[in-house]
Amino acid sequence: MSVRSSSTILKPKVQVELEQYPTGPHIASRLLYTAENSFDDISNKVVADFGCGCGTLGAAAALLGAEQVIGIDIDSQSLGIASMNAENLELDIDFVQCDISNLGWRGQIVDTVVMNPPFGTRKKGADIDFLFVALKVASEAVYSLHKTSTRDHVKRAALRDLNASSAEVLCELRFDVPQLYKFHKKKEVDIAVDLWRFVPKRSRGENINVGVRCPLD
Amino acid sequence: MRLLTHNMLSSNIKGVTNGFPLRIEVEKVVEKEVEINHDFLRNIFPKIDWKAFSDASRIMGYVELPEEAPEPSVLESDLEFLRKFHHALLELHLEEGALVCPETGRKFPVNKGIPNMLLHEDEV
Repeated sequence: MSVRSSSTILKPKVQVELEQYPTGPHIASRLLYTAENSFDDISNKVVADFGCGCGTLGAAAALLGAEQVIGIDIDSQSLGIASMNAENLELDIDFVQCDISNLGWRGQIVDTVVMNPPFGTRKKGADIDFLFVALKVASEAVYSLHKTSTRDHVKRAALRDLNASSAEVLCELRFDVPQLYKFHKKKEVDIAVDLWRFVPKRSRGENINVGVRCPLD
Repeated sequence: MRLLTHNMLSSNIKGVTNGFPLRIEVEKVVEKEVEINHDFLRNIFPKIDWKAFSDASRIMGYVELPEEAPEPSVLESDLEFLRKFHHALLELHLEEGALVCPETGRKFPVNKGIPNMLLHEDEV
């Protein structure tokens, strides 16, 4: 699967403020294989990819047997490419363009959210904003990547403020960030990231309306 | 955009109390066949807002679904119903058109199957 994704996934021209970094195939594989093989959270499930970018995580979920995948992103260029990638891989993925912080969502249809959110280096707190919404939308589990340096902060925020019933680091990975932006001084840098699994507290069929400002601001 | 996705989306414009369901305006519908998964359909059925779903399917040009949600036991044995449910939920795609906020009438365009739900500054 990772060979397929790396050779065929097209990548967009990245935008600084959105902190767009493509998810490398080794990280995508690790996230999705763990979610599926250790927790059964992918095959036959409805999976949402938040901040999908060019669609790597969503595509990987579809390849691993997700019944339905929805990719959500704010950037139309990325979504165009994600759409093309899905078509080239003959995958059946729905895409929605919106800003995660005012997403209007109903119900408990999504089982699992997978995401590689912005790390919050440009827009402070962006990573936690994503987590806030993900925990409202997912009925079973959220898989997410956050910088290892923020581990304690993420755990505290998830359990204390974002209504997670559990927050576990599954493993630590190296995220190669190539020199994409002018402010990148080195040719390539390795960032330590944690792969997290969060479980939301179950609510009984309420009509959730996401889009309330993240309470941590 | 399929109707499964439509069943999850709502308008989040400032001041709107209930932005679900979004009304569908059709310009182009495309049908794409996908393999049926009976267990998936049985699991998803109780989570679907049936009225919104069956109304939407009619607007998309498919008239086979009952207006009232059937008893869950129907899904156990009625393969014909499962086929229709599957078709409407997963095989009908709104390629071009709009999703309309039920309270404000604001249109969210759908192009190449992707709804644009981005809000304007004064709607946030």
